[in-house]
Amino acid sequence: MDLNVIQIILVLVVAFLAGVEGILDEFHFHQPIIACTLIGLVTGQLVPCLILGGTLQLIALGWANIGAAVAPDAALASVASAIILVLSGQGEAGVASSIAIAVPLAIAGLLLTIFVRTIATGIVHIMDGAAKEGNFRKIELWQWIAICLQGLRIAIPAGLILMVDAGPVRTALEGMPVWLTDGLAIGGGMVVAVGYAMVINMMATKEVWPFFAIGFVLATISDITLMGLGAIGLSLALIYIALSKMGGSGTGGSNTGDPVGDIIDNY
Amino acid sequence: MAQEIRLSKKDRIAIWWRSTFIQGSWNYERMQNGGWVYAMIPAIKKLYKTEEDRKAALQRHLEFFNTHPYIASPILGVTLALEEERANGAPVDDVAIQGVKVGMMGPLAGIGDPVFWFTLKPILGALAASLALTGNILGPIIYFVFWNLLRMGFMWYTQEFGYKAGSKITEDLSGGILQDVTKGASILGMFILGSLVNRWVSITFTPIVSSVKLSEGAFIDWANLPAGTEGIKTAFEQFAAGLALSDTKITTLQDNLDSLIPGLAPLLLTLLCMWLLKKKVSPIVIILGLFAIGVVFHLIGIM
Repeated sequence: MDLNVIQIILVLVVAFLAGVEGILDEFHFHQPIIACTLIGLVTGQLVPCLILGGTLQLIALGWANIGAAVAPDAALASVASAIILVLSGQGEAGVASSIAIAVPLAIAGLLLTIFVRTIATGIVHIMDGAAKEGNFRKIELWQWIAICLQGLRIAIPAGLILMVDAGPVRTALEGMPVWLTDGLAIGGGMVVAVGYAMVINMMATKEVWPFFAIGFVLATISDITLMGLGAIGLSLALIYIALSKMGGSGTGGSNTGDPVGDIIDNY
Repeated sequence: MAQEIRLSKKDRIAIWWRSTFIQGSWNYERMQNGGWVYAMIPAIKKLYKTEEDRKAALQRHLEFFNTHPYIASPILGVTLALEEERANGAPVDDVAIQGVKVGMMGPLAGIGDPVFWFTLKPILGALAASLALTGNILGPIIYFVFWNLLRMGFMWYTQEFGYKAGSKITEDLSGGILQDVTKGASILGMFILGSLVNRWVSITFTPIVSSVKLSEGAFIDWANLPAGTEGIKTAFEQFAAGLALSDTKITTLQDNLDSLIPGLAPLLLTLLCMWLLKKKVSPIVIILGLFAIGVVFHLIGIM
């Protein structure tokens, strides 16, 4: 089925929004049930796309960005599979085959978002420079550039699919080597350490290192949730502060740094 | 102090709206830092008038930050209160502000992930999807409206709550409480960082160190189980009794490391990163290097 110019532009707008939301995770335009429905709405194939969205949504129920880990990308999966469904012109009959294509697309989208998040590292360095100049507008501008890059991450592949048709897309996706995707995922698990290292470098003093050790050891007990760890950490902090105050007031004015000596003197 | 500068409700609404974009420049180095400073800009403009103060404020809010995007709101609220006190002359230093942020982000993300990602989203998603599957357009509409109402309401009220609670923390300007908060926050921060390094940095070494043939009776003898459900029951009973699943016990390098110190590799990696950063190696170089290592080590079968 052919789309006219206005429909193509609207599809690209939806794709852009889905890409932006893929990182923001706020309005949820990237959720299949929203993204597919919107593409169906602008191309006049509402019902098949709505059903595709519902089906994909059930598959993607548990996909979430936790910590620094990145979930399979619902944005590219829903936008691209909806476009392929519309182009195929099969209506509701094409839903199943579109879903088969959506899952590898979710992995491809994951690689693209890792790529853009790495570019964003360069962007925050530009922000550092702007902060040194006290330039508010420059920081705001680059924040929006970063957001737009995430939008283009989906809009460009969507445009490509609109141009080349569904067949070649499928071939290209199947050609992506597993060692590359797996290897990048392993690397993604490690790069988190860089961020932690930066904070530790800033906060660490001799006084607080033991608490790092305690936290590290307790985290190996997987029964304790992060909330539980938070409660333990908070309690430790309160105890430490309370104890250090007691030590200060107990010896009073005659503190010579030698408690036994103080007792003898007072005696 | 001639006149106290306060953030108006209008400022706080602007910050609330901007915090929607907190993940916009999410990056592998300092994660949500760009979005965080973007959200803080209205406050910085209002509270600090001199060029020096503004530059310093922008720089301290570009430090590492990462939590659940909605949970950032209460932390923003507390930070706003702290900044307000600082602008009015209270001795709140950079470490205190960073400590409060880091100390709150880990445990609070621990609330956000299960509540929003594993409870609300699947429930709402499943409800909407089941409507959509029957071709009912109400599915996506219900999802969109409810999700955003809940999200926006949660973000506004928790930001306000944090702001009010934060003001109370800093009300005592004698400095005693503030010092305690600073020290407590860095203790909590380091504690949480210790556990995050263990939990969130993932390295798994796959090489097989040993593979030992187990003696008869130490593993489940699949071939001689009773037929049907009875066999499944027997298998589960034997498994619960500690019998192995196959006749060879495979020990990987990771198993060996785990029996020594679980999380040793993430810890060493973090210490290595700290050392490299102190040596002024660019974080981008480290990040790209780690991706390259991931691919290469996977290819030669180490990870």
